[in-house]
Amino acid sequence: MTYITKPQLHHPQLKPNALGYTRRDYEGAVSTLCAGCGHDSISSAIIQACYELDLPPHRVAKLSGIGCSSKTPDYFLGNSHGFNTVHGRMPSVLTGANLANRDLIYLGVSGDGDSASIGLGQFAHSIRRGVNMLYIVENNGVYGLTKGQFSATSDKGSKSKKGVVNHDAGIDLVSLALQMGATFVARSFSGDKNQLVPLIKAALSHKGAAFIDCISPCVQFNNHAGSTKSYDYVREHNEAVNRMDLVPARSAITIDYAPGETVPVAQHDGSVLHLHKLAEHYDPSDRVGALAYLQARQALGEIVTGLLFLDPGARDLHENLGTVDVPLNTLSERELGPGAAALAKINASLR
Amino acid sequence: MVNWKSNVFPGILGRTCDRPCEPACRRGRVEDEPVAICRLKRVAADNKEDITGRLPAPVAVSNGKRVALIGAGPASLTVARDLAPLGYELTLFDGEAKAGGMIRSQIPRFRLPEEVIDEEVGYVTGLGMDMRLGERVDSLKALLAEGYDAVFVGSGAPRGRDLDLPGRQEAAANIHIGIDWLSNVSFGHVDKIGRRVIVLGGGNTAMDCCRTSRRLGGQDVKVIVRSGFEEMKASPWEKEDALHEDIPILNYLVPKAFTHESGRLTGVLFEKVRPEFDAKGRRSLVPSGEPDEHYECDDVLVAVGQENAFPWIERDIGLAFDDWGMPKVDPLTFQSTLAKVFFGGDAAFGPKNIIWAVAHGHDAAISIDKFCKAEDLAIRPPPGTSMTSQKMGIHEWSYDNDPANDARYRVPLLDKGEALKDVRLEVELGFDRATAYRETQRCLNCDVQTVFAESACIECDACVDICPTDCITFTENGDEADLRGRLKAPALNQDQALYVSGDLPTGRVMVKDEDVCLHCGLCAERCPTGAWDMQKFLLEMTHAGGSCR
Repeated sequence: MTYITKPQLHHPQLKPNALGYTRRDYEGAVSTLCAGCGHDSISSAIIQACYELDLPPHRVAKLSGIGCSSKTPDYFLGNSHGFNTVHGRMPSVLTGANLANRDLIYLGVSGDGDSASIGLGQFAHSIRRGVNMLYIVENNGVYGLTKGQFSATSDKGSKSKKGVVNHDAGIDLVSLALQMGATFVARSFSGDKNQLVPLIKAALSHKGAAFIDCISPCVQFNNHAGSTKSYDYVREHNEAVNRMDLVPARSAITIDYAPGETVPVAQHDGSVLHLHKLAEHYDPSDRVGALAYLQARQALGEIVTGLLFLDPGARDLHENLGTVDVPLNTLSERELGPGAAALAKINASLR
Repeated sequence: MVNWKSNVFPGILGRTCDRPCEPACRRGRVEDEPVAICRLKRVAADNKEDITGRLPAPVAVSNGKRVALIGAGPASLTVARDLAPLGYELTLFDGEAKAGGMIRSQIPRFRLPEEVIDEEVGYVTGLGMDMRLGERVDSLKALLAEGYDAVFVGSGAPRGRDLDLPGRQEAAANIHIGIDWLSNVSFGHVDKIGRRVIVLGGGNTAMDCCRTSRRLGGQDVKVIVRSGFEEMKASPWEKEDALHEDIPILNYLVPKAFTHESGRLTGVLFEKVRPEFDAKGRRSLVPSGEPDEHYECDDVLVAVGQENAFPWIERDIGLAFDDWGMPKVDPLTFQSTLAKVFFGGDAAFGPKNIIWAVAHGHDAAISIDKFCKAEDLAIRPPPGTSMTSQKMGIHEWSYDNDPANDARYRVPLLDKGEALKDVRLEVELGFDRATAYRETQRCLNCDVQTVFAESACIECDACVDICPTDCITFTENGDEADLRGRLKAPALNQDQALYVSGDLPTGRVMVKDEDVCLHCGLCAERCPTGAWDMQKFLLEMTHAGGSCR
């Protein structure tokens, strides 16, 4: 960890966004993670994405569980709401917060231990309920805080730093999210911000359960020759199926691509995703096809990245439940206590 | 001693320097104001202990070479400082009774107390030399006939420019040449001035004139300049000091005539002008067409520039002069066309400032030393350099890597009422130790370099993410213009070269724009493989003797 705080001095031409904030204004405390941790790059990508989206920091809620990854919300968006929950319980706290105040932008940050082991059930249910959020797993395939045991996402056959072979099957969170009905599913790599930042922006703009599995090498315990989540392995086996730009709703920029290569996808909030195909025949609107493709490539040892599935017309939990349109804290006594006549009417309907 | 070695006059320069270093200060690239380098040097000089034991002792045995130094100003004294410890027999000539040159005569005592001059000039003269003070050299030919092995001319630019306008002769009693008047004040020949004073000119001498006037009875003192306020030659802080002492600076007024009545000055008549810029952006002042303005005054101080004057150098001794009456001097060796005569300071290339005179002195001393040893003057050893890793532990450095976010501290001043009562009372109090320490913490350690080893890099982006000033980019290689277009943040200062690594495993390169690097070392702290190191760069300027031999 670093002992000095990051100097406030910055590049003289640091540009403010539409809200007048610079990228530096979206930073948090200096990271206490190991030097070179992939998680820090993800934090940096989140900072960049929120800055580019002109998000008001005080309208973002960042929630996390326990683990190296779950420490990271301290290192970005220092002026946003934060909730560090019990191990593996981030999804239920996030669901509750979302139900109470639907106006905030929810960012759940978790790790492979927090989401694939102790919190697997929580993860699955928050996805299948369609909670409007970005659920990002910083996946390093190792328990870094407890010195390098295999995690539930470690690939079968991969080796620990000491050379022990993992005999257990790894959980693929992307496949699980697809099966649970996530309406935005992506995988990326902490070492590729060009891919990651647009994905985070698109996921934050998505209405519904958005899930990003971000492979994030653990420099300390899982960046060696036998690992399948090291910088070198991921770079060699990374198969990006598409690249993407997000064009915000208010922007008039049109991007000119050769026909057939780029698919524009309208988002709920009016923004448009421009998807540039890299793998032929890959169709990110086909959930079943995506699952099959992932399994096939995974069997070959390839790591498929990019936007893997998107349902632009998704519904979220509030729509499904028919909840009130405004945050609960804005309801006054008048709405909450409709009076004796209304009560009598309800009672009559139940008789 | 570090301060003394290259600066020669730390306490003097720490109060009076023109600060060519501060515009170059890196802090000014990321913030409004540079580090107060000049005033911190004064703090170092003010707070030192007795250094006499550390000074070179006068050399007992001569090396048999005799060098004459003409003028006892900063240039000659620097030559003396560099040559005396090498065993040269030096003879220092000056027309005044005390050594120091313009440092003593022209800089007002309220900016530079006499004790500081005596002390720092004394360190040089104490190295052992023949002091011929009060002895003005009026013939170089005669001096050369005395058989010196070399002669250094550091006689400055002693003549103040005059303004030949109508009324100049008639009102002469109340029109004074700025630098002459200042030295008369310094030497106690003048101790008062009229109530209303006009200072003509916009340089630092004009600022010294107006502030001195305020202390000698001038109540209504104005500075009137031809140019605009921004283009004035005076340093911004000197203008600020003048304004602080209630001296208005009026601009775009060109003096036309001195008005007088029965032999007594009554004021100055000015033509109003405005700036006009031609296609090349060159400015000229054209009459604005408004009626002339008259300002009443009792005294005028003319501070419109200085000139060199060499009436004492015969034109038939083989020393060539150019069309402007300046000696032809080699800009590298400071040698004139007469091999054994060297020039430095204002005498060499016209009026500059003290620190340039010191720099000239150092270089001229190298030349004189080589000349006396019959070596080639053009072969000059480069300055010594070294790089030393500053790493002590995982996050420990042997330099202070945590720059303060503070804005520049102001040097406290004496209360204005007090300061204006006495022309010899120093007005700047200097930083106290605590403030000086805080100001030093603004330094961005330009001496510490980020050194990148591509063989160790795993391209994890940790350095890119942490860099507070977006200096670092990993990208495909290209030529410089191409790379500059792909940097994470635009490079504002294109003169600063990019630092480009060799190829990395992914085929990319690391490109660092050094321009706004804070040298905070965070890239090195966040690097998991030690690919970044912080190394201290030390520059040892070449001085006469030692490696030059």
